[in-house]
Amino acid sequence: MRVAVVTLILVAAVLGVVMLSIGLGQFATAPGDVFASIRRVVFNGADPLDNQVDAVLWNIRFPRIALGLLAGAALAVAGAVMQGVFANPLAEPSIIGVNAGASVGATLVLVLGAAVTSPWLLPGAAFLGAIVVTVVVWAFARTGGKAAVLTLVLTGIAINAIASAGTSFLIFLGDTTAREQVIFWQLGTLSNATWEAVGITLVIFTAGFIGCMVIRRPIDVLSLGDASASASGIHVERLRLVAILLACLLTGVAVAFGGIIAFVGLIVPHTIRLMVGPSHRYLVPLSALGGAVLLAAADIATRNLIAFSDLPIGIFTAIVGGPLFLLLLRRTLHGQGGLR
Amino acid sequence: MGGMTLSGIEVRIGQRKILDDVTVEFPAGKVTVVIGPNGAGKSTMLAVAAGSIKPHAGVARLGDDDLRHLPARQAARRRAVMPQDSHVAFPFTVREVVEMGRTPWSGSSPADRDICDEALELTQMTAMADREITTLSGGERQRAALARVITQATPVDTESVILLDEPTSAMDIGHAEATLSLARDLARRGAAIGIVLHDIDSAAAFADQVVLMHHGQVHVAGTVGDVCRAETLSDVYETPIEVFERDGRVHVTPRR
Repeated sequence: MRVAVVTLILVAAVLGVVMLSIGLGQFATAPGDVFASIRRVVFNGADPLDNQVDAVLWNIRFPRIALGLLAGAALAVAGAVMQGVFANPLAEPSIIGVNAGASVGATLVLVLGAAVTSPWLLPGAAFLGAIVVTVVVWAFARTGGKAAVLTLVLTGIAINAIASAGTSFLIFLGDTTAREQVIFWQLGTLSNATWEAVGITLVIFTAGFIGCMVIRRPIDVLSLGDASASASGIHVERLRLVAILLACLLTGVAVAFGGIIAFVGLIVPHTIRLMVGPSHRYLVPLSALGGAVLLAAADIATRNLIAFSDLPIGIFTAIVGGPLFLLLLRRTLHGQGGLR
Repeated sequence: MGGMTLSGIEVRIGQRKILDDVTVEFPAGKVTVVIGPNGAGKSTMLAVAAGSIKPHAGVARLGDDDLRHLPARQAARRRAVMPQDSHVAFPFTVREVVEMGRTPWSGSSPADRDICDEALELTQMTAMADREITTLSGGERQRAALARVITQATPVDTESVILLDEPTSAMDIGHAEATLSLARDLARRGAAIGIVLHDIDSAAAFADQVVLMHHGQVHVAGTVGDVCRAETLSDVYETPIEVFERDGRVHVTPRR
């Protein structure tokens, strides 16, 4: 019942945010114009470039909104799964350095100017960077299948420092164009959205999301610890490997096309848990909806808060996510018998 | 045939042997209590039986089946384990945690709900079924874990093996007694029960057979009368221990 209500609210929120996002912007469009444009381009096969409204909507705003929805959903689902796998509510990809790792991979591609050779290269490199970081964090931070809060956060600090050093070095090597590209990308922005990026993100997100849906029940059992989980007939190491690969895949593609957008994977699963409880059965699909809403809404703010400028979207998620993280950290450290 | 046997088990960490040629039997229908000083290898032995540690040598058999060749899910239907750590990482309700016991079974069916209800009843957790597990005390969490284990072991019959690692360590005396009586009842229904305990007096009261471990080996195993001798226990625990009979049963207490 409660799950149904929350689902309904989130679906309505997705639709509402999309409608709002389509209408708002430097080039405001009335709902009537939007419908007219959809009719022209979709049903009458008009070239979007022939009409100013069509051009804005179809080449800029629609892909941007679609990318925001997909990247938000991907980041939130990755966060939910990562927290389940680490059995720790603070295991957010950006905290433990997964985003930073993905950023090293993606920066390398951008600096080498290799992104033009294949559209899959950027997300592929980001994915590899994310995997390397996650494996390192896992090796350092776990005891008995649960990652202790303090080790997790401290490992994350070290990893983030190393990864950002790597990124800085690559930026230093790059030429001026590449540098500018990397720096804007690092702040997190959906402004480079193209239909090609949307397509790749859609493919990878769909694959990753289906994977996460399949393994979401066994992930619940991981919160009992490795010993109980394996005695329940779960192949703990195999499940963990699959889950980490999926989370990195999702994070990698979101980072590749949206840049560093922190804390989505923390804010969304945490809020959903408060509403429907921690079971991944609901947490995974609802996080996808919640992430889509959050990022699409944040994107409206980035485009409209200051006229004629496009603020980095990472700012907004960090403003909400940072304090929430501190709150959770405080509660976890005090609530579970100290520095567990 | 049921039950579980470990034979010639060896587990090493680096060069150190944690378990050295350990042979233990958990026969169907009996309560086997494993005792021994800290670091004797009790939990490691139970973890081998639970399948969460792979031994370097030796064979663990569930009934007639070698654990190495038994799919994890099949094994989990016949053997349920309650480890020492009863912490749960997320605020699941007690009922949700207990329902996780059905993981190795085919999925959610209406019967599962009844099985969970019964397990909650047996562990006196019914009133707390909707509480978040993270808000419970250590002893209450252990009872929830026990309910989960019973849920996993259901239907309890002569094929079942239930292993409990210090299940009562955080419980008050009343719930500790109730837990050990419950273990006896499950044995009466045919299950092989293995319990690691620190309380030797409880071991003497509830066990059909006792395994005393020391330095990674089985020091002595047998009936309560065989194992619970003042010299043996005082020697192994390096503290004076008194053993006496009263009301027809063996009592064990430190000599003070």
